[in-house]
Amino acid sequence: MSSRLPQGGRLIDRSTRMAFTFNGTPMTGFRGDTLASALLANGQRLMGRSFKYHRPRGVVTSGAEEPNALVNLGRGDRLEPNQRATTTPLFDGLTARSQNHWPSLEYDIGEVNVALSRFLPAGFYYKTFIHPRVAWKHVFEPFIRQSAGLGKAPKKPDPDRYEHFYAHVDVVIAGAGMAGLQAALVAGRAGLNVLLCEQEGHAGGRLPVDGGMADADGWIEGTVAALAAMPNVTMRLNTQVSGVYDHGYVLAYERIADDAPGSDAPRHRLWRIRARHVIAATGALERPLSFAGNDKPGVMLASALRDYIVNYGVSAGDRTVIVTNNDDAYRTALAIKAAGLDVPCIVDARPEVTGDLPARARAAGIEVKTGMGIAEVRGRKGVTGVRLCRQAGSGVPVEEVACDAVAMSGGWSPVVHLWSHCGGKLTWDDAGAFFRPDHARPPTNQDGAGFVTCLGAADGALVTQDALSNADAMARQVVGALGVKPAAADLPETDSVAEAPLMPVWVMPHGAGPKKRAKMWLDFQNDVKVSDVQLAAQEGFESVEHTKRYTTLGMATDQGKLSNINGLAILAEARGAAIPDVGTTTFRPPYTPISMGAIAGEARGEIFQPLRRTPIHDWHAGRGAYWEPVGYWRRPYCFPQEDESHADAVAREIDATRNGVGLLDASTLGKIIVKGPDAGRFMDMLYTNMMSSLKPGRCRYGLMCNENGFLMDDGVVARLNDDTFLVHTTTGGADHVHAHMEDWLQCEWWDWQVFTANVTEAWAQIAVVGPKARTVLEKLGTGIDLSAEGLPFMAWAEGRIGGFDARVFRISFSGELSFEVAVPASQGLAFWEALMEAGGEFGITPYGTEALHVMRAEKGFIMIGDETDGTVIPQDLGLDWAISKKKDDYLGKRAHERSHMTDPERWKLVGLETVDGSVLPDGSYAIAEGENANGQRNTQGRVTSTYYSPTLGKGIAMGLVLNGPDRMGEVLTFNTTEVPERGGPPKTIEAQIVSPVFYDPEGEKQNV
Amino acid sequence: MRRYSAFAIAREAARFHSGWDRAWRSPTPRSAYDAIIVGAGGHGLATAYYLGKNHGLTNVAVIEKGWLGGGNTGRNTTIIRSNYLQDPSAAIYEKARSLYETLSQDLNYNIMFSPRGVMMLAQTQHEVRGYQRTAHANALQGVTTEFVGPKRVKELCPIINIDGPRYPVLGGLWQARAGTARHDAVAWGYARACSDMGMDIIQQCEVTGITREGGKVTGVETTKGAIGCKKLGVVVAGHSGVVANMAGFRLPIESVALQALVSEPIKPVMDIVVMANTVHGYMSQSDKGEMVIGGGADGYNNYTQRGSFQHVEETVRALIETFPMLSRLKMLRWWGGIVDMTGDRSPIISKTPVENMFINCGWGTGGFKAIPGSGWAMAELMATGGSPLAQEFSLGRFREGRFIDESVAAGVAH
Repeated sequence: MSSRLPQGGRLIDRSTRMAFTFNGTPMTGFRGDTLASALLANGQRLMGRSFKYHRPRGVVTSGAEEPNALVNLGRGDRLEPNQRATTTPLFDGLTARSQNHWPSLEYDIGEVNVALSRFLPAGFYYKTFIHPRVAWKHVFEPFIRQSAGLGKAPKKPDPDRYEHFYAHVDVVIAGAGMAGLQAALVAGRAGLNVLLCEQEGHAGGRLPVDGGMADADGWIEGTVAALAAMPNVTMRLNTQVSGVYDHGYVLAYERIADDAPGSDAPRHRLWRIRARHVIAATGALERPLSFAGNDKPGVMLASALRDYIVNYGVSAGDRTVIVTNNDDAYRTALAIKAAGLDVPCIVDARPEVTGDLPARARAAGIEVKTGMGIAEVRGRKGVTGVRLCRQAGSGVPVEEVACDAVAMSGGWSPVVHLWSHCGGKLTWDDAGAFFRPDHARPPTNQDGAGFVTCLGAADGALVTQDALSNADAMARQVVGALGVKPAAADLPETDSVAEAPLMPVWVMPHGAGPKKRAKMWLDFQNDVKVSDVQLAAQEGFESVEHTKRYTTLGMATDQGKLSNINGLAILAEARGAAIPDVGTTTFRPPYTPISMGAIAGEARGEIFQPLRRTPIHDWHAGRGAYWEPVGYWRRPYCFPQEDESHADAVAREIDATRNGVGLLDASTLGKIIVKGPDAGRFMDMLYTNMMSSLKPGRCRYGLMCNENGFLMDDGVVARLNDDTFLVHTTTGGADHVHAHMEDWLQCEWWDWQVFTANVTEAWAQIAVVGPKARTVLEKLGTGIDLSAEGLPFMAWAEGRIGGFDARVFRISFSGELSFEVAVPASQGLAFWEALMEAGGEFGITPYGTEALHVMRAEKGFIMIGDETDGTVIPQDLGLDWAISKKKDDYLGKRAHERSHMTDPERWKLVGLETVDGSVLPDGSYAIAEGENANGQRNTQGRVTSTYYSPTLGKGIAMGLVLNGPDRMGEVLTFNTTEVPERGGPPKTIEAQIVSPVFYDPEGEKQNV
Repeated sequence: MRRYSAFAIAREAARFHSGWDRAWRSPTPRSAYDAIIVGAGGHGLATAYYLGKNHGLTNVAVIEKGWLGGGNTGRNTTIIRSNYLQDPSAAIYEKARSLYETLSQDLNYNIMFSPRGVMMLAQTQHEVRGYQRTAHANALQGVTTEFVGPKRVKELCPIINIDGPRYPVLGGLWQARAGTARHDAVAWGYARACSDMGMDIIQQCEVTGITREGGKVTGVETTKGAIGCKKLGVVVAGHSGVVANMAGFRLPIESVALQALVSEPIKPVMDIVVMANTVHGYMSQSDKGEMVIGGGADGYNNYTQRGSFQHVEETVRALIETFPMLSRLKMLRWWGGIVDMTGDRSPIISKTPVENMFINCGWGTGGFKAIPGSGWAMAELMATGGSPLAQEFSLGRFREGRFIDESVAAGVAH
């Protein structure tokens, strides 16, 4: 029975009680407990169920590597699945529920899988559920999905907030155990800027638990205080270094308010760090031993059991058998004895056991059984005893020992994850039977130098004195490599005990048969056993990656922290290969799972992406604009008045514009300045048109193609003066057109004297459109001659309008008399309001993007993204006139000469009108006779834009049709996606090929 | 080869599964083969499989530098769909999808094809029009899709937030018979079937040179010695440029890292696959319960199989916006693969300037879903010299300008 000891527990405050519930049962613990220690203190050893077989499970570790004790924490919208009880600080009011069982933790129907486990070996699902075919979707898979998964997901949006924090440091140190603290001292005293991150809520790591220093707590406290006094050193607790990336980029994950749900603080904080060097003082993890029944509640890592006693004053059981292959586990025996509890025996697989720690255990009256192993653990939902056998044999039990807990130790593995994230290589250490960093092959930075250093236990120095010296020496090397002279040494005194070598034990007993091997767990959560890895090897899944994927070894939420090395060893044995020849799987970030919320940070809801607003944005919002997202902008689609449908609003806006005057906020259009002595030459390359001949004061509509000749953007270019052009782009195109320009200027034409600047947001641009447009502007008062002669079509002028500094461009995308007026952004709203007021008597009407689209379609103007889709060349759109024949070159010219581009049989732009006046469906295809070689219906064209034209009172469309312009008047059949009547043919719709210019073909309205 | 079945498992259970054979043999290479496929990923193995099954060519070796299925076949997000816009794409992806439907039975290996449906969200007017166009195209291509409204989207996937403040869902393109499969199993199943036909799968064998005579391929140099062949198929994804270089020609390909990630496993919350292209992310839930997440490719070329955090951040943001419940889940694993991108983002299945040498590459971010169709077409091309499915994907299209551009949804609007 696990329980709280009458005294001890260096991390708990017995004067502060915390009430919590587990599966609805009220329990209490102390401040400083983890959920796991508090559960153990309440006698709750059964904490969860395994993934595949639904085996009853208890806590097996005391840290982030815990595979079993995962709970659903909290409730409602603050529910969090798969929370590790071992890293969850206890707080008053905590509620936790165990996972993956039905109807209850104690009685889980899923446990039937245990009885069936012999029929469910690794990869069984690849070999069955094959017939009948439909059964997979409707029977097998739904069943598997229901029984898989662990915790339950919250259903509601997350009420908590998260944030990102940026840091630039010389050295980031992962882990504030003994090695990390010493490294921080060395680097801090050398004056380097240091960030020290510790995943636990306290510094010192295993030092106080494992011994080796007389006054460990005193040294830790003193060191932390010394570091706190250094302004160049920052220490963060509850902060785990999660990942190391190229160029010294490091992520750390700080848990701030997990123990204070509903508080004001952000729940998690993600640190985004640039470090010149990364020190991984990440310690080592103890490995389980593989013996039959090693997964039963009450079997724990020896180090964890000792942690619970020393740190939390909690015992895992009253009679604990220790099973080990090394000296370290004897510390657990001594700790248990010191706590006044019983250790019936220590089972040591080594044939001979000498050394200081065993001597101390023997002196304390504990029997040491050498050359022995555990044949089997007795008990169902908890340990009731162990049967012992010779380690060298096949597992014939020689005696049974009653106990209620088993502490196991198979040795330790350095935590090398941070070393490996960016490609650091490992080397196998035969003496310690673990992988450690290969100093000759570190992860390298932009200069080709190693930028991660593992030190202390993470470098394979497991004994206190060795770890300390290693940490000190390695930290000095790091400091030196960063160009700073390390300060004088001062190492604390240790009293480390020498340890005898361990004996690698991968299977216990060595000659265990298949029946026993099928009860030895490697990956506790995913239920991968020794027999599964052997089966994988037998079936040819010899690569470690194959084995991992076939058996799911190491793919559970502990990411193989407990199982990887043990699994590798089994695989190596099965293949008859050495462990280092089998290799490891790739270590990837994050070190332990981190919340998605922390990754996203503050960006959610309205600010999930940057929101770009024109100066008139709020006015639109106040008039009930229905928004359309365009890039990061939001543009009014239309301005519906009360009870008005969107379609009606669009029709009203068009009518007002065509017959009076309309206003469009065109501020989102891209505006890029191109300036310099070579600006004309550059513009000639950028556009298919001749731009260098454009006169100052004039505008020209231009086409921009990519290297493959496809039309990528269009817009009006104004020449501001001899060496300056103003390029207008589409709203969505501004950023990539600017990048496109810079790409060419920086990579190809770096010697041309041209500069570009994206000034989109510097100007508010308002289109004043309609027969009354001139009247409205003149009413405002202007010194610019806006008459047809003074400012003809495709001219621009600068001056003052209604007291505003303005540029007026006489351009039109609607076919009406139109002035696009640009004023400084700060004046945009005032100018808009002045226009609204001045236009009141003419019924001035703001219009949105849909009215814009309909009016341009009525005029047969193309729209990038509608008539173009990355496969259309200007020639397809009847825009040959905009391609200069006089120029030697422009981007896309060579491509336009490719055989497919000059093919006479291309789809070309036409207008389309349905025979009955209805609106053609968007994206519909014109059907042709027959099928192609792949059985697909042949086509001869498609609809690119289609609208109801309120001006013409019928549907109009534009489309690309095979040789379209030569087929005027022909009627084509277009497909629809309407569901046909039962048994009937697919519904189609007929449309006639017409000119794409539906409205004012002579252009009389815009040229007044 | 012993057939897999529930009965076989029961029989083996009695003897602790000691009787299972190797899923594929591990032979030493012979001196020559009728055909050699370089690359034992899904596409290479499928090519070999259909060479044998459809064309009776079984004197075949599949040579693999690492371990079979270890490239992008084992790194993708397992989505299978065929709702492509352009005819050649729809043809080959639909062929693949239909082969996936019966692949478990064909291979006697449960690849867990799960036609759970794929929804591509439309969150801008431009996307609505784009997907309506795709639906019209699909109707004529024999691909069953439909454009559905936001209400139907919510019914099919209740955890979607359709009323987000920035990009409310306006509808979606729904392909009910699209879905997912167990990616590793696809490679393993094909490998087992190939091995069973007598083909040699040679792992840990790197090709170091391609031998030619008079413009014709005669074999390959490898780390396990020279091996002769009459025909050579190169199917090596991210390293296609490297192998082409050995044969003296260049490919119009760039290699970039594509990342994916999974959450910790949770009980089922999502039955379908959802792709949200406006915000750049897609997600499904695996049979294990993990939320499987993907996003855009990194913006620079590299071979590291690592990616930048910024892309993962962007993807996770997008998906939390689409699925708010995701915020409290934890990211468990995160990985990268190298994808080979062509200029038009469509693959290459083609003859090469070297006679009897063929290449299959350039699948970019979408190769897994194509595996059976790709193998089918590549085998037909290698065996007969032509394939209607591969016709439009020839190398020549880059010279002629006959691109098959699927990036239509990436166009821009005013």
